[in-house]
Amino acid sequence: MKVLVAIKRVIDPYVKVRLKSDGSGVETANVKMAMNPFCEIAVEEAIRLREAGHVSEVVVVSAGEAVCQEQLRTALALGADRAVHIEATANLEPLCVAKLLNAVIAKEQPQLVLLGKQSIDTDNNQVAQMLSALTHYPQGTFASKVVVDGDAVTVTREVDGGLETLNLSLPAIISTDLRLNEPRYASLPNIMKAKKKPLEVVKPDELGVAVTQHHEVLDVFAPPQRSGGEKVQSVTELVDKLKNSAKVI
Amino acid sequence: MAVLLIAEHDNQVLGHDTLKAMGAAGSLSGGIDVLVAGVHCQKVAEQASRIAGVQRVLVADSTVYEHQLAENLSALVAEIVGKYTHIVAAATTFGKNLLPRVAALLDVGMLSDVIAIESDDTVVRPIYAGNALARVKSNDAVKILTVRGSAFDTASERSEGTAEIASLDIEIANDVSRFVGRESADSARPELSAARIVVSGGRGLGNKENFALIEKLADKLGAAIGASRAAVDAGFVSNDLQVGQTGKIVAPDLYIAVGISGAIQHLAGMKDSKVIVAINSDPEAPIFDIADYGLVGDLFEILPQLIDAV
Repeated sequence: MKVLVAIKRVIDPYVKVRLKSDGSGVETANVKMAMNPFCEIAVEEAIRLREAGHVSEVVVVSAGEAVCQEQLRTALALGADRAVHIEATANLEPLCVAKLLNAVIAKEQPQLVLLGKQSIDTDNNQVAQMLSALTHYPQGTFASKVVVDGDAVTVTREVDGGLETLNLSLPAIISTDLRLNEPRYASLPNIMKAKKKPLEVVKPDELGVAVTQHHEVLDVFAPPQRSGGEKVQSVTELVDKLKNSAKVI
Repeated sequence: MAVLLIAEHDNQVLGHDTLKAMGAAGSLSGGIDVLVAGVHCQKVAEQASRIAGVQRVLVADSTVYEHQLAENLSALVAEIVGKYTHIVAAATTFGKNLLPRVAALLDVGMLSDVIAIESDDTVVRPIYAGNALARVKSNDAVKILTVRGSAFDTASERSEGTAEIASLDIEIANDVSRFVGRESADSARPELSAARIVVSGGRGLGNKENFALIEKLADKLGAAIGASRAAVDAGFVSNDLQVGQTGKIVAPDLYIAVGISGAIQHLAGMKDSKVIVAINSDPEAPIFDIADYGLVGDLFEILPQLIDAV
């Protein structure tokens, strides 16, 4: 079967974000970018499913400016077979991304769609669920285990207070949680090979999707800052402070 | 104006975060209707009817809603949306799973994990793992939001009377997904994202065996265990215990960071904790910049003393 994996280019998680002085957002110019960590996990899962013989083709897709082809090449270097770049503006809302992916699904007809549970920039945690609604496919969100069995997939989900297991009929949408797997690194030969793999570019209007906006970001501002407190000299002093000053134990 | 609040429950009692979401919904104009979908969930409906601000409780009682799966529950919500201007749920895994699906069915955007409601169309929500806050205005006719429980007060019970309880006879079958089972987390320790105290270990522990010291301290305090990415990568613990931007975001009353330098990525996951304690041998470690109480020294000497002292 065919798997479609959606990935996003985001600011590298180890970068300290800086706010623009005009309050319009976060500075992204000249900042190190990377594949969203949850998307890396989705790519890894797709590759593992192919290695296990369940999957014949892995297609990666990303929506955004031309530079997100870098992250698509990374996914190809990790083992994806081909890539689709939906060339659009950088700040697409989740519903718009879901509509674009829905159009790609209509064309590609994958049996399984893997996405990260959320991107670490906007922290929305919406696209997979919205895509499930648009495709009318079942959803297995926050997956920590995925087992493909014939025309169904069993998904163990990380839910508050434990784990929940669902059985979804294929085609299905799955969003990945941290525990699902540990992504591999791309080797240099694979990075070289990835340059030759096919990468198709499409525009939203070719997919019949209008880029719309439902929300307006009025301003982006810094959260209240906390400053360091005091250094204590001994365990006794620490325990005393926690018990009597902070009253937390 | 009216608010539809989706109740999370186990067919017996309302989820704690749902009571917080009711508190949040109280700051929107218009009365609150609560949807309780489940099976044999009358007790939950009665509980909801006693909450202040609730004007009506809608009960969809059917085996098709037993496990509150998103596929048919979202269709039910979309079907009854009618004149509601807001659909609200707690930003728990239940709310996060359900509401975006509802939003797409209604062709509207969604506001996730809201921490402040400024007006009927404008909210504040964290982005970049809480390193920035965005003030966002929704232009949709129906506003859909999940709210972060820790940011709002629990709704109170009304002093007298109860809201009307109405049954909904809408049964929407779900033939694409099936509930298989549920495993509750190890009950011995509280869950990381909900714990009042979290004890976290980092690379400074040196190896997996030494991590037992963290477990010992946590058990003594009735705390959950966390870890830095370095500790996870080194194989000391499994990655579901990772605290940080790509792991769990926690905000306990007390966070004790042991052998953790305090990389940005880790701080993003715990900097909203009420009291932060850092134990580290490096006095220059960035964790001391945000710790309320810092103790510089060898954790292998400090931890056993601390375990005895608490």
